[in-house]
Amino acid sequence: MIYRETGQYKTTYEADQQLFPILQDRIFVLLVIAFAFGAVPFLASEYLFRAILTPFLILSLAAIGLNILVGYCGQVSLGTGGFMAVGAYAAYNLALRLPDLNLLVVFVLAGLCATVVGVLFGLPSLRIKGFYLAVATLAAQFFLDWAFARIGWFTNYAPSGSVSAPPLVILGWEVVGPVRKYLLVLGIVCVFALVARNLVRGAIGRSWMAMRDMDVAAEVIGIRPLYAKVTAFAVSSFFVGLSGALWAFVYLGAWEPLAFDVNRSFQLLFMVIIGGLGSILGSFLGAAFIVILPLALNQMPGWLGVEMSTALISHIELMVFGALIVFFLIVEPHGLARLWAIGKEKLRLWPFPH
Amino acid sequence: MSTAAREFGDVILKVEGVSLAFGGVKALTEVSFDVREHEIRAIIGPNGAGKSSMLNVINGVYHPQQGQVTYRGEARRAMDPHRAARSGIARTFQNLALFKGMSVLDNLLAGRNLMMRMPILLQALRVGPALREEIAHRKRVEEIIDFLEIQHVRKTPVGRLPYGLQKRVDLGRALAAEPRVLLLDEPMAGMNVEEKQDMCRFILDVNDEFGTTIVLIEHDMGVVMDLSDRVAVLDYGRLIGDGTPDEIRANQAVIDAYLGVKH
Repeated sequence: MIYRETGQYKTTYEADQQLFPILQDRIFVLLVIAFAFGAVPFLASEYLFRAILTPFLILSLAAIGLNILVGYCGQVSLGTGGFMAVGAYAAYNLALRLPDLNLLVVFVLAGLCATVVGVLFGLPSLRIKGFYLAVATLAAQFFLDWAFARIGWFTNYAPSGSVSAPPLVILGWEVVGPVRKYLLVLGIVCVFALVARNLVRGAIGRSWMAMRDMDVAAEVIGIRPLYAKVTAFAVSSFFVGLSGALWAFVYLGAWEPLAFDVNRSFQLLFMVIIGGLGSILGSFLGAAFIVILPLALNQMPGWLGVEMSTALISHIELMVFGALIVFFLIVEPHGLARLWAIGKEKLRLWPFPH
Repeated sequence: MSTAAREFGDVILKVEGVSLAFGGVKALTEVSFDVREHEIRAIIGPNGAGKSSMLNVINGVYHPQQGQVTYRGEARRAMDPHRAARSGIARTFQNLALFKGMSVLDNLLAGRNLMMRMPILLQALRVGPALREEIAHRKRVEEIIDFLEIQHVRKTPVGRLPYGLQKRVDLGRALAAEPRVLLLDEPMAGMNVEEKQDMCRFILDVNDEFGTTIVLIEHDMGVVMDLSDRVAVLDYGRLIGDGTPDEIRANQAVIDAYLGVKH
């Protein structure tokens, strides 16, 4: 099928404002989702689930959250890892202290805990901008790291500081094995990706983008800066906290505070920058890139038939990684999502140049 | 259009003894004038006379040290810009302050954000009332898009539009809020003759059809004298003339400010 929108006339604003106004896009997205739910569980290997698909999906969710804050509202945050930790430890304590609570409710409540903490640390954004805000959120990261490592109550006084998740059961459905974990995460990510998309194209999303593009003008046309920034921090932290809970419960199983240190924050920031600031699709692309790239680089010498020590490989990995990030920032600062959009634009006209 | 044929309502906006200083620099010194409902009121003056500062005081971006602004019978000295917007004061900007990453449609819809009241959860699900609200506002925004003749670019990011169209989108964003008073900060700066004519037509139509009161800063004297009902002249932050275009033309202080005085 040729990618054309010719003949697809919109007769109502509702039709014009739908999620994917072009028919081919709708079909493509539905096929991808159907494939992810229906075919992938039978096709993929256990290694693929454990090492790539599940972490990719969870980190996508965190990247969406960070993208709402950085890409849509223009508030730089280096505290994402800390907010993920809030979600993880909130979920741990909720499951520990209220064992009868439904696991999905635990996840949502964990997200809400992260929301509260995120709003608290987001309040300085009303007075400080740019680099200064980035440093303030970095302080949040270090404070949260410290709190979860030193305050015993959060880890239920575990002597090693390491805690583990309870068995995952949702309404009698035992989430064991990589396939079920993958399906659980996939379902949650699909729902919240839709929620994020709805928010950013609605009134609240416009007020975030208005703050990002021109904050004085935004206030002059009646957008309250307090409301716009605080809601951006709240929604973003909810997504990040939820993904933190999933990362801990579903992906790691057992973890210590180090799992959510500042490196995680940087990793997520790279994801949204490489994927594309201000794009939900970009969050997925960035997460895929960052999850798959190191694994691919690891395998590379084997494919090429070159003998290398593991230490050398990990050093090369770091170098290639850095070089790619610099390359992206120079060649396509709007990220993979922009490349995708350009590709679609070209495809609409193909085979004609104009 | 003869000035005599036009009728104005009561005073809607009154500036009394406003003084504004940034450190030692006095931007405005005891400026007083009023604006009547439905009129087109121009503020002119040489560069640095304090015209934009005056607009910024009216819609709350700057807070004057002295004096007060009375809007619809309510006196105030300082006000938040978003509260001014909610009470019906909209404005455009001298050096375009559009949301460059957003489409024309989103820019105009953002102008109506202050009327949207749906809770965040309904927006997240985009069902029922939240969806209906979006559609209803889209309808109103489309009317403004038709009015300003920018249908062909409605989905283009504003940053990619030529300057003349961006000026129109800026006006559209202000109009989207359905303001009582519209403050225009040099709406015709940097335009060619045709674009100026278009913009003049839009301003007159807005004033005529929607009954919007307009306060206008402009450097093009031809435009000012043709469009406005009354003109206030600022020079070095002081009001040096106030009256109909004909009176201002004959005002010696104004002529001196623009052409200089013989020493």
